[in-house]
Amino acid sequence: MAGAATLEAVDNAGAPEAPIQAFTVTLNIRRFDPEKDAEPYWQDFDVELYATDRVLDALHKIKWEQDGSLTFRRSCAHGICGSDAMRINGRNRLACKTLIKDLDISKPIYVEAIKGLPLEKDLIVDMEPFFASYREIQPFLIADSKPKDGKERIQSVAQRARFDDTTKCILCAACTSSCPVFWTDGQYFGPAAIVNAHRFIFDSRDEAASVRLDILNDKEGVWRCRTTFNCTEACPRGIEVTKAIAEVKAAVLRGKPDIPKQ
Amino acid sequence: MSTQNIAAPRSPYLSHRKRNRFNIEKWGWIYMRVSGFLLVFLIFGHLFYNLIFPGKVSILDWAFVAGKFSDPLWMWWDGAMLWLALIHGANGMRTLVNDYAHGRFRSVLLWALGITTVVLLVLGTLVLTTFDPCLGPTDNAELIAICAAQ
Repeated sequence: MAGAATLEAVDNAGAPEAPIQAFTVTLNIRRFDPEKDAEPYWQDFDVELYATDRVLDALHKIKWEQDGSLTFRRSCAHGICGSDAMRINGRNRLACKTLIKDLDISKPIYVEAIKGLPLEKDLIVDMEPFFASYREIQPFLIADSKPKDGKERIQSVAQRARFDDTTKCILCAACTSSCPVFWTDGQYFGPAAIVNAHRFIFDSRDEAASVRLDILNDKEGVWRCRTTFNCTEACPRGIEVTKAIAEVKAAVLRGKPDIPKQ
Repeated sequence: MSTQNIAAPRSPYLSHRKRNRFNIEKWGWIYMRVSGFLLVFLIFGHLFYNLIFPGKVSILDWAFVAGKFSDPLWMWWDGAMLWLALIHGANGMRTLVNDYAHGRFRSVLLWALGITTVVLLVLGTLVLTTFDPCLGPTDNAELIAICAAQ
């Protein structure tokens, strides 16, 4: 067949694919070993990387090829588990979702642990205060009444869409640890806890909205939000965090959430 | 097992936070929005009347202010501006202090802020309510005549 032959000829004649270009990237990482160091310090590493690599790949290369003592959390490495939130060039990002090509590699890339939570080692912080706030808003469906027709709690598409945005949270703490109010006052619930409260407050099947609104009407609740939008900017899932907080504020003022009837 | 058999979840995490009926953060938040909205009209009305409307900025003097304060409308207008704006500003400063100051320093700042606000409110209200137009210097003939008659 003539067509196939031509194709083959073109394939043979075509120049061999150019090798993918690698770059030497400098990473400045804020290191801290509680057994040796009194204070955290910056250490730089040079790594060969491709434009399609992620910051997490760079950290892996350092840990596996240069310094095995570098410590960081990661699990799924694909932006689902929320383990590897860190401060990359001053912004809270997931290391596994930040591509090298999106960063300016003519300068060093600065990587440090998220702020506002106790530093344990290198890029690892104690997440317990964060999860304590999360537990406090009772992040589970509370429905004591008998379902209609005794079987299931039916929800319309519009009712489900009402809280869809806040179901996306992966609890990575990027939002809470980007909040300047949280930095200076660890008692503040923080954006993540309010987002997860929003997910149940605005769920038409849930019956404990008043309890959660009462919890968030606390001195350290939604009113400490100064709408700086750091949380919305930081969220790796694109949740409109500040909007969710504003909706909870409105719900506290109204005494009940604004949920579609059908 | 039906849902009726499942006990309501306990809430042990709530104990360490204080619950009180009057929530200063909530009312502070509402106050900032309400007073902010009112102040837009009050302040622009004030600026318009003082600087543009009856004459120009050149007529602003003791007699002009004395004339305004003899009108109950402007007394209430200025009184509302004084109270709304001072408390608005003080509450804004309070949230800043709460955000950035800690421990003893915070309570010192909060007390200083509270005392300053109260003193300024009392002084301002006193001036508004007991204002005597004949105490100041003026070359306004009308005002001189009124004061001489008293």
